Amino acid sequence: MNAQAIQDVLPPGTDRRTPLVELRNVTLRFGRQTILNKLSLQVPYGQTLVVIGESGCGKTMLLKSIVGLIRPTDGQVLYDGQDIHRLNELEMTELRRRHGFVFQNAALFDSMTVGENVAFPLVHHNIASGRRLWRIVSDALADVGLPDNVMPKRPAELSGGMRKRVGLARALVLNPELMLYDEPTTGLDPIMSDVINELMLRTRANKHVTSIIITHDMRTARKVADRVVMLYPYARLKRDEGQILYDGPPEGLDSAEDPRVGQFVRGEAGERLMEMRQATLDAFRDTPNLVDRYPR
Amino acid sequence: MSSVSTTPPPPPWASRLPSPLYQWIYDWGEMVVSALTTVGDMAIFAGQMFVWLATRLPCRGTILPNFYNVGVLSLPVVALTGTFIGMVLAVQSYAQFHDLGLESRLGAVINMSLVRELGPVLAATMLAGRVGSAMAAVLGTMRVTEQIDALISMGANPIHYLVVPRFLACIMLIPALTIMADFMGIVGGYFYSVVILGIDHFQYLNNSRQFVGGWDFFMGIFKSFFFGGTIAIVSCYRGFNCQAGAEGVGRAATAAFVFSFVLILGIDLILNILLDAVYMAIWPHTAKLI
Repeated sequence: MNAQAIQDVLPPGTDRRTPLVELRNVTLRFGRQTILNKLSLQVPYGQTLVVIGESGCGKTMLLKSIVGLIRPTDGQVLYDGQDIHRLNELEMTELRRRHGFVFQNAALFDSMTVGENVAFPLVHHNIASGRRLWRIVSDALADVGLPDNVMPKRPAELSGGMRKRVGLARALVLNPELMLYDEPTTGLDPIMSDVINELMLRTRANKHVTSIIITHDMRTARKVADRVVMLYPYARLKRDEGQILYDGPPEGLDSAEDPRVGQFVRGEAGERLMEMRQATLDAFRDTPNLVDRYPR
Repeated sequence: MSSVSTTPPPPPWASRLPSPLYQWIYDWGEMVVSALTTVGDMAIFAGQMFVWLATRLPCRGTILPNFYNVGVLSLPVVALTGTFIGMVLAVQSYAQFHDLGLESRLGAVINMSLVRELGPVLAATMLAGRVGSAMAAVLGTMRVTEQIDALISMGANPIHYLVVPRFLACIMLIPALTIMADFMGIVGGYFYSVVILGIDHFQYLNNSRQFVGGWDFFMGIFKSFFFGGTIAIVSCYRGFNCQAGAEGVGRAATAAFVFSFVLILGIDLILNILLDAVYMAIWPHTAKLI
């Protein structure tokens, strides 16, 4: 996507053209398995980028490499122009204060109460203490629609939707400039998914954050995205094909040139179902007595 | 889609070897490389922990719960097992010493064994079983549920926040647990020998006082620091490197205990040799039991 096209999908009022996050030829391998191959991506200030793609295509790894949780095998991850893998421990800590990460299963600390979870970043960075701390925590929880009486509860006592909202409150409590969401609506009912979508929209409107959202949920993608990027698993790509199949506004997803984009958007198994059938047939052909292995 | 780890195609020189032999060499090579990598990883992990320990201590709120868990909650089980071990030593040794007419020396043997060897090793074993496995399971669960990633993403260092308090708790409280195991073992051994077996009270205590000295106590407590440190580092490392899923957490907890226990015995042997050499250098003419 060129600079003008990126600017076209920025929310109104965003004037900075320099990218907040930039990936330059990022390659990520685990052993012999290539997850990301020479991936380049720019995320300008204020943009809400939604990354879609089937399971195993490297979406979460992409997100984790942006915050330095995973070091790419090759390539650079730039944050505000700085190569994050050249920063020292202190600089990295400072940089991470500018991020908010909402994990797939919220990743709340089991050993702490909800209040302590949300207070953790404030306490750890010595930003607030005493009454002020609990006032900030209470406000952060109120922002995501949770009352004060959840504060003494343990994460295990909460529903999935409430845990996600606590995770969101914890990520927002330091007023980050970049929000990263890893499958924020996965496992939630449609109503709660929409609540989370609304909270993401509200966060962008109120706090003017840049967001990168990983999701399978096309409703989320259509509702919150300024720009959608679709990744495809490296192992399934054709020769010399790029891993990004689609990069553009959400409105263009249905009319994308690549048929695989439409297939994903519409949730059609297509050739994948045929591959699965073939694999089953191959297994029976290679091992004729396969059925005998299982107790009847 | 998912890649399955298989043996790569053999290099040209291997074509002269029969296939099973190549596979055997490959498997052994892989095992050796994996073992060396683990040792190296663990050394780096321990190094990072020591750097944090030297530069910035964690806050009291993270240290105290670990001290409570390692020290207070381990005390009853260490005391109980210490008592039984003292009594078992008396039961096992009595017949042989009685045949030689040396049952009055039983106090020296039991108490020497306890303070030099069994007390520290027993306390360390209980700690590895009760605390080490739990540490690996807790940290492993934190790893697989992305709680460690969440810590990092919020600018906290997981080694500083999770490992240093556990290391401090183990290393500072294992001497107390060792003293408790020693004390309860001595009481148990005395009770069985004097009250049940009827060995003379004065002879028992006098022999103990004659042969068990400050060096023996020092030796046991000195060794316990190493045992505590080993348990904390191995258990935390296993937890941090836990594989995904419930099975991964279970394996981490088991591996934490097994590796800690093996290392405790190995370190015990090395420290015993070293400390005995030191002792003989300082006090070459020492009292003999017989």
